[in-house]
Amino acid sequence: MSGADPRDELVEHLPAMRAFAISLTRNGSVADDMVQDTLVKAWTNIDKFQVGTNMRAWLFTILRNTYYSSRRKAKREVSDVDGVFTESLAEKPAHDGHLQMNDFRVALGKLKVEQREALLLIGASGFSYEEAAEMCGVAVGTIKSRTNRARAQLAELMGLNEDEAMEMTDDATMSVLSASKVASF
Amino acid sequence: MSGQGQSKQQHGVIDENLRRVYQEAVDEGVPDRFKSLLEQLKKQDDDQGKAQ
Repeated sequence: MSGADPRDELVEHLPAMRAFAISLTRNGSVADDMVQDTLVKAWTNIDKFQVGTNMRAWLFTILRNTYYSSRRKAKREVSDVDGVFTESLAEKPAHDGHLQMNDFRVALGKLKVEQREALLLIGASGFSYEEAAEMCGVAVGTIKSRTNRARAQLAELMGLNEDEAMEMTDDATMSVLSASKVASF
Repeated sequence: MSGQGQSKQQHGVIDENLRRVYQEAVDEGVPDRFKSLLEQLKKQDDDQGKAQ
């Protein structure tokens, strides 16, 4: 029995891994299978983990690789839903100043998977652009442009463009605004 | 209001929703199957360790 086994840390990352997997796949059972595969891979390849580096980033890298390889397999059976996106969300975006979480989920699901992934890594999982770039094996600039495109696309799908954005005064919006602009109130 | 202000606001709305969707998934908790999987893996390793 040696000192700290990095594998003991795996359990701490489970909720974040699962949240990422669910948000990426939008399918609970697919997400759970991915997380399970990732756990087994991480366990058996723990010698490849460099102690002292970011374990969550390492796990997310395995997780996304697992996702993309299962997607490649699945493509033989099902057509690529993620690749097509674009038509505008519903007929009636949330004009009443009340943002529907469900609309947001639908919009998120319409993004290209690479864009959704970048936005989730940066905007939700709290990774830096540099970390996300390394995890995805692309340049930092690519991650930045994917996140920007994802945000622009979401804004469009949710009808948050131009003057409409100014009508968004629900609680969530106000809390964001007041959090970032306390001084002006 | 400047165009930049608008896009900042959009940004805020999007990120707020994103965090909520994500946090909801985090809050769901982790199914027991993962904890038992980890225990199983650990047990397997322990058994192998003894055998060697």
